[in-house]
Amino acid sequence: MTEVIQVYVPKDSAARSVGADDIAVAIAQQAARRQINIELVRNGSRGMFWLEPLVEVLTPAGRVAYGPVSAADVEGLFDSGFLEGKDHRLSLGLTEAIPYLASQNRVTFARMGLSDPLSVDAYIANGGLSGLKAALSMSQNDIVLAVTKSGIRGRGGAGFPTGIKWKTVLEANSDQKFVCCNADEGDSGTYADRMLMEGDPLLLIEAMIISGIAVGATEGYIYVRSEYPDAISTLKAAIAIGYQNNWLGQSVLGSDHSFDLYVRSGAGAYICGEETAMLESLEGRRGVIRAKPPLPAIEGLFQKPTVVNNVLSLAAVPSILAKGPEFYSEMGIAKSRGTQVFQLSGNLARPGIVEVPFGVTLDTLINEFGGGSRSSRPVKAAQVGGPLGSYIPSSKFDLKMDYETFAAANAMVGHGGIVVFDDTANMGRQARFAMEFCSVESCGKCTPCRIGSVRGVEVIDRILSGQDVYANVELLKDLCQTMIDGSLCAMGGLTPMPVLSVLEHFPEELGLVNGQLAASR
Amino acid sequence: MNYLAEPKQFASWSTDAAREVVLRHKGERGPLLEILNDLQGTFGYIHEDAIAILAEELNLSQAEVYGVVTFYKDLRTEAPGGFLVKICRGESCQSVGADKLVESAQEVFETKLGSTNSERSVTLEEVFCLGNCALSPAIMVDEKLIGRMSTERIAELADEIRGVTL
Repeated sequence: MTEVIQVYVPKDSAARSVGADDIAVAIAQQAARRQINIELVRNGSRGMFWLEPLVEVLTPAGRVAYGPVSAADVEGLFDSGFLEGKDHRLSLGLTEAIPYLASQNRVTFARMGLSDPLSVDAYIANGGLSGLKAALSMSQNDIVLAVTKSGIRGRGGAGFPTGIKWKTVLEANSDQKFVCCNADEGDSGTYADRMLMEGDPLLLIEAMIISGIAVGATEGYIYVRSEYPDAISTLKAAIAIGYQNNWLGQSVLGSDHSFDLYVRSGAGAYICGEETAMLESLEGRRGVIRAKPPLPAIEGLFQKPTVVNNVLSLAAVPSILAKGPEFYSEMGIAKSRGTQVFQLSGNLARPGIVEVPFGVTLDTLINEFGGGSRSSRPVKAAQVGGPLGSYIPSSKFDLKMDYETFAAANAMVGHGGIVVFDDTANMGRQARFAMEFCSVESCGKCTPCRIGSVRGVEVIDRILSGQDVYANVELLKDLCQTMIDGSLCAMGGLTPMPVLSVLEHFPEELGLVNGQLAASR
Repeated sequence: MNYLAEPKQFASWSTDAAREVVLRHKGERGPLLEILNDLQGTFGYIHEDAIAILAEELNLSQAEVYGVVTFYKDLRTEAPGGFLVKICRGESCQSVGADKLVESAQEVFETKLGSTNSERSVTLEEVFCLGNCALSPAIMVDEKLIGRMSTERIAELADEIRGVTL
């Protein structure tokens, strides 16, 4: 047999966490036993995790998907002719036609899962490098202007306009500037940065080079949390490829721009996702936050002007430059332009990545894409935007994903993570956890965060055990206000958000009835 | 599926080997955390003598080095058990039973969160998010991520570890 059949088994660490490696081995063994010539491609994940491990076969009609596959299914798949895309119990038809995927508008994740993440040929064939090539023909001002015009805002959670940040660094006078990618994706319910680093690492490299050219920085750092060992090793391999191909180094694609790029690993500190704590950590110190000002754009890494951007903010830039800022800004609503890579997780039937323009409702994401709860019980709430985000009750799922709409509802879009809870969730415990998490992860620099979170756990414990509930709820509200007003960074300043959201939407779970003290207390 | 990757092999502590690790990072900017991560990857933990070596090599005070070692949860000053098991207690895992998983892990591994069992085969730790939220509940064994965890499967993992360490 001369024809080589391409079979795809994801290498994404989430897919591997449910047995993708075992399946790759089993497929190779079966193919060898049957003397069939296959090319086993370890691609990124398509982001439909309830179907992982998802195996695909390239047929004349397109890629056909099977999943979730276990190693025990592999022999049967061969027997039923899956290499010709034939039917099987696990058959999902053409991958691109799966409604979950077909209803998305993938921009940043356009290449996700298509090919071997470290294949330069596949990267370029699928549109890679066109952003960098465009940038090389533009002035620094024009690059920054394009990013500003696109309307993209920081995808790490704060939502600050990326173009304005770049402009500040561009205009800063310095012999040395840096670009730092914040890949300390510590929020529970978020995993898009990890997927991108593992599944399309060359895109992040391209984006950082563009940023370096735009602002005049010649050195970049990617700060990755230590919980992501696969992302770290993939990035290191990708950077080596970048140097081999002259994307990185003294002369970027033959131009007179130089750019060097390094990966740094964290060591288990959530606070290092706060940009100034990350800079401290990159400098080899305790991850204690810095008071702002000065902004990192003026005095950042080693006191030099520094772009600090989240993985997804950076990764959106190459397509903005390749296709023009209008391509991006035409999507979205109000002041939330472009797409967001929403990450669905928790108690959900179909958890995964949904990249769509801003303006989509929570209901669409949770019930249409996500398919409701995994447990088949009623959905009670969703926490949006990470551990510092609000719990939103199912009665408010008509909320549109938009920075300002969420802020007006005392909530935040954050990094686009959505964690779903069914009706067995104990919201009082969730409020307590928010304070507990802050007490564990606080860097300790400011008192409202360091001590307030410990006191918060104690007060909520008293409320949950029914002690003097009314007075303690008042105390809790007061404590939350102190943390909001007095904390130096978002850790202490936002920890009250989930707590207050429980008080607002689920007062009965903190001992109150209709917002009032329960009569029996 | 197999839960375990190849068990990690660590070198025995030696100051010469430690200085070699430090040398590997010469020329890097702000290298302390990189070196500490590398030392731990080499020896499994940060030996107390490393503090003085790093202070001398990097022209820092011992207090500064010690401060960094104690700030980061990953960095440990004593050797861990044969396998490092991290259980995610983040919200996504909570929504599908992380609390129960923590309880049964403490039972089957016969140790508490944050400690090593008496056979020193397992060090059990909590972690807040492994980035595997779509396949919650998640745990990590050394550097191997495992999704769709359950109390039954954590018992299987314990059996597999017993098989390796017996």
